[in-house]
Amino acid sequence: MTDRPLKVLIAKPGLDGHDRGAKVLARGLRDEGFEVVYTGLRQTPEMIVTAALQEDVDVVGMSILSGAHMTLVPRVCEQLRAKGLGDVLVTVGGIIPDDDLEPLRAAGVSGVFGPGTTIREVADFIRANATPREA
Amino acid sequence: MIETGGTPAERAAALADAARAGDRRALARLLTAVENHTVVAEQAMRILYPLAGGAHLVGITGPPGAGKSTLVAALIAELRAAGRTVAVVAVDPSSPITGGALLGDRVRMQSYAADDGVFIRSMASRGHAGGLAATSTAAASVFDAAGFDIVLLETVGTGQSEVEVAAAADTTVVLEAPEMGDEVQAIKAGLLEVADIVVVNKGDRPGAQRTAAQLRAMLAPAGNTGRRPSGRSPEVLITTAMTGDGVPELLAALDRHRAAGSADTTPAARRARAAAQVRAVLVERLWDRLASPALAGKTEAALDAVARHESDPYAAADTLLAALGREETR
Repeated sequence: MTDRPLKVLIAKPGLDGHDRGAKVLARGLRDEGFEVVYTGLRQTPEMIVTAALQEDVDVVGMSILSGAHMTLVPRVCEQLRAKGLGDVLVTVGGIIPDDDLEPLRAAGVSGVFGPGTTIREVADFIRANATPREA
Repeated sequence: MIETGGTPAERAAALADAARAGDRRALARLLTAVENHTVVAEQAMRILYPLAGGAHLVGITGPPGAGKSTLVAALIAELRAAGRTVAVVAVDPSSPITGGALLGDRVRMQSYAADDGVFIRSMASRGHAGGLAATSTAAASVFDAAGFDIVLLETVGTGQSEVEVAAAADTTVVLEAPEMGDEVQAIKAGLLEVADIVVVNKGDRPGAQRTAAQLRAMLAPAGNTGRRPSGRSPEVLITTAMTGDGVPELLAALDRHRAAGSADTTPAARRARAAAQVRAVLVERLWDRLASPALAGKTEAALDAVARHESDPYAAADTLLAALGREETR
């Protein structure tokens, strides 16, 4: 049996066209040895959850710069749980005010990464916290 | 929920049953097991492989940027409009350096989140060099056994010689973009040779008609009939995947090819396809055994000797085969 690389979904939820950060992260995580599924811009929570389920990912990372994180992220977390994917590690990156950190964690987000975070920090966080899928 | 208890055989049976009953999470989990070569996957394949064979397996291949993913998306739309269920295995390359991969094919296949008749799975090639991942064929069989009408196997962006998909698929579609090369490119051996259907995509670009005409002229039979007992040369079609132009015609051509399939697939071709699948497993098993604790030391020593040019690859292979044989008789 071989160990597979951890599989990470990188998605941009909502109406936010700034995908440079998500692409840099996707590329950076590739270089860190992850299998990164990049799904692109303007994802609904349904699209993100469907992709997470079909791809059987270990991690869902969302990049949001639009300020809509308090609407979109809890919805993704809820739907992941509803589909039996509550054990998937959820992380968020972007411009997230400090006041929102607690409610996001309560919704099911494990890691929040703001400006200045290095790729290595994100990679280390994922390696330390993701539970690899088994079958 | 998917149970995690039980023996591998019990888990395999439970996952296979659930996947066949329409449980998408069980299906996804099975595909993960297949990708990871787990014991559960092997047990599940023993259940599922005999149940497969009903789906039309279509390979989509061609150079990077020719529009494979966009064409797959357009085909999904066309198939869903016709009420047919579709699964996609989309392969992108793994880094030979870090083992990481960027799987970007879903970007162009976004519109089916709420549609249970569509299942898209990205796969990293994980060091496999033929255009697919080592487990892509097995993944296609899982989708087949789960009851999908058609399975689209999208290869990595290919060069001239990644023809493996032709062994995995019933129908192989080779995509070309306009102005990709002259007539000499069309008569080289390799990718175009295994095409059942050639598609010139980006049909709205200048040169598409000319490229299609050149391909038609060069791919016409030249006396010998190659691997096609019917002697037909591949159909050459023009599509514009972005707008969907030509995609209904492509689907019709796929259906025609499938209907004619028995005529075009000789027993020898079927045997060759089986041989490719068995060989893949065989090579993998041999490597696993060579990496097992009993033989790992010998294997590493043999590889190091070749790396230092103290031995040659042929001698090393003979040494390792002999070691495997000795292990067998113990």
